[in-house]
Amino acid sequence: MLTDLLTKMLGPEHADVVAAIRVFVAVNILVAFVAGSAVFFIWLERKVAGRIQDRLGPTRVGGKFGWLQTIADGIKLLVKEDLIPGAADQMLFRLGPYIAFCGAFMAFVALPFANGWVAKPLSIGVFFMLAVMSTEVFGIILAGYGSGSKWALFGGMREAAQMVSYEVPMALCVLVPVIVAGSMDLNYVAKQQDWLWKWYVFHDPFTFVAFWTYFCCATAQCKRAPFDLAEAESELVAGFHTEYSGLRWSFFFMAEYGAMFAVSGIAVNLFLGGWNIGFLPNELQAMMGVFANLIGVVVFILKAWLLVFVMMWVRWTLPRLRIDQVMMTCLKYLLPISCVLLLGVSVWQAFVPVILARIVGYLLCALTIGGLGWVVFNLFTITTKLPVSGVPNLWTPGGSAKDLAKT
Amino acid sequence: MTDSIGLTPYLLIGALLFVCGAVCMATKRNAIGILMGVELVLNGATVNFVAFAHYNPAFEIEGQIFALFVIVLAAAEAAVALAIVLNFYNNHTTVDVDTAEELKG
Amino acid sequence: MDFLYPLAFWLFAALIAVSAIAMVVTQNIVRAATWLLFTLAGVAGIFFLLGADFVGATQLLVYVGGTLVLVVFGVMLTAQGPFINLKIGAGEWAIAAAVGLGFFSVLAYVLVGFEPKVPANVAVRQAPHKAEQPLAVGAAAGSLPLADNPETRSYHSLASAAVLGEALLGFEKTAPDSPVTGVRDIVTVGPGGTSSQVKIVKERTKMAYLLPFEIVSLHLLVVLIGAAYLARSKRRRGATS
Repeated sequence: MLTDLLTKMLGPEHADVVAAIRVFVAVNILVAFVAGSAVFFIWLERKVAGRIQDRLGPTRVGGKFGWLQTIADGIKLLVKEDLIPGAADQMLFRLGPYIAFCGAFMAFVALPFANGWVAKPLSIGVFFMLAVMSTEVFGIILAGYGSGSKWALFGGMREAAQMVSYEVPMALCVLVPVIVAGSMDLNYVAKQQDWLWKWYVFHDPFTFVAFWTYFCCATAQCKRAPFDLAEAESELVAGFHTEYSGLRWSFFFMAEYGAMFAVSGIAVNLFLGGWNIGFLPNELQAMMGVFANLIGVVVFILKAWLLVFVMMWVRWTLPRLRIDQVMMTCLKYLLPISCVLLLGVSVWQAFVPVILARIVGYLLCALTIGGLGWVVFNLFTITTKLPVSGVPNLWTPGGSAKDLAKT
Repeated sequence: MTDSIGLTPYLLIGALLFVCGAVCMATKRNAIGILMGVELVLNGATVNFVAFAHYNPAFEIEGQIFALFVIVLAAAEAAVALAIVLNFYNNHTTVDVDTAEELKG
Repeated sequence: MDFLYPLAFWLFAALIAVSAIAMVVTQNIVRAATWLLFTLAGVAGIFFLLGADFVGATQLLVYVGGTLVLVVFGVMLTAQGPFINLKIGAGEWAIAAAVGLGFFSVLAYVLVGFEPKVPANVAVRQAPHKAEQPLAVGAAAGSLPLADNPETRSYHSLASAAVLGEALLGFEKTAPDSPVTGVRDIVTVGPGGTSSQVKIVKERTKMAYLLPFEIVSLHLLVVLIGAAYLARSKRRRGATS
């Protein structure tokens, strides 16, 4: 769209200038989006953490909900002293955060936010995203080694082993909807899912399980809890980013939130219908033109934010796994499961008759939506039962500590 | 050819990588440094393959297929070479290849 | 993109040159690994510039994210303290520089002005970035882009990765005439020799790499077993030194 506008303005002989401007604008939009998302996520993380821990989270900066807390955090990080340990390898220490951030950010180049709105449409979109996100490991290794401290080195090595191991089941789970769709182009895959029952998460039992397995692997890949050995304050001080302070540390966290959004974006595009609301077919979208694209962008971002919110929710709910448990989960459980899923979906695509597949698809969709609806309904209507304890009158209104003293 | 960048600069990059890899293999004392030299050599060859796949119209994508095989085989060879280096380290407590003189003379 | 493409090429070439030479020169093994990372990333960029998307992504995934991490783990396991910086004498540096320069000049002398032999009926390759534009000349496709055309939808969706896959499996002919990224078009000129009969198809004739693919898979299996055996932890026999 922008290309056509600029071509009209500048004339077709300046096609190279048009392309350069388009590249520049696309990159700037992506960087602004990633940075804005990171700002939002930091605030969201603290609020979610607070609420799950039965407290409020930031409420002071910027009004009742602490909207500007991230800005305050950012200012604090900017004015912190830039310490580099004496034993650190100067070049590698400085290089680590940038490599991690580049790895996480480059994946956005192939991520479609709406129908046709991709920075670079690649026919190997999802493969490119996975490949580029795998270069983030090296930033972690350099950070761990270059810090010159043994805690950082241990944390970095463990983290690198974890990230590299979890790439394998993640790629296998990504292959499952790719086999169903027939293409690795994320734009094409998301376009196939315009009706709610066509979403690949409901397509067959294998893709259903693949969605959850992929989500587990993606959580581990982003070093989020319960797989967050790198940030395990109780074990390794802070893992590979122990010696980083101020702006360098914030680069790691922009990389982490960027990677979280990228893997959530992949999950949304592959499994959850991408930018489609679920009741707007492709023909109607084509008629609505740019307006449908704008709705699509909003829907996509909301879905990806929902998945990131689930990652944060899981982080503050589940306890942390040990490193051997982390590796065992990957190699002994998730890897065989994803191999079975790959085999299963290939068999399903090749041998199951179309009618049966459609029926299973509709059934899965109905069951899942029904189940979700039942849960939401119960959340709103179920009466709260007070906890029952062995002490009479303790929790009822009017009870007091005196009753406690009686027993 | 009507290209802005012809075939030759890509071949020169391949040659540079190959030469750097060969010199790296010759000058590093660390066994893993030698392995890194081997990786550079393989990369130079791969660049050569892909450049020809692109610029020679008689080839279609054979060069890319060869490049894929080379990448896979290089990964395999790196695994075995590292296992050998680890064994060497276990036996000599050093990775300095200048100390691997048992067969000398 | 007349200035973007050469600009990108020279940037990647500079990155590769600087990183490769730095890798040879540096004495610190971990820094050498870092320079190797930049070299491999530069080579992946060159692959993307040459239109080989799949190979570039595989390079990043397998080489950078796999082999290089393996090498760095090896470095961490073996290079402690005195082994991080193993120095070489000045005489060896001189010989290495002389050999390197000589070798490179021989290769450069051969390569400059090299033109590959082109069969008579195949037209000269267009500029690389033009392969990514949709069909302009003699578009044989229907008016709908192929992803939306119901007949060809499922076929178009198998884009460049499919071409590679079919080459591996050895199908005789594939003809997805669609804006595919990663594989260039073959422009064949019709019998009259005029450009109005130019047909942009991708025809594969007898490209079957299934056997090498299987051989490589077996090779990988053997390598896995061999590496695991070689690197196994051996039982220590008694308290020797």
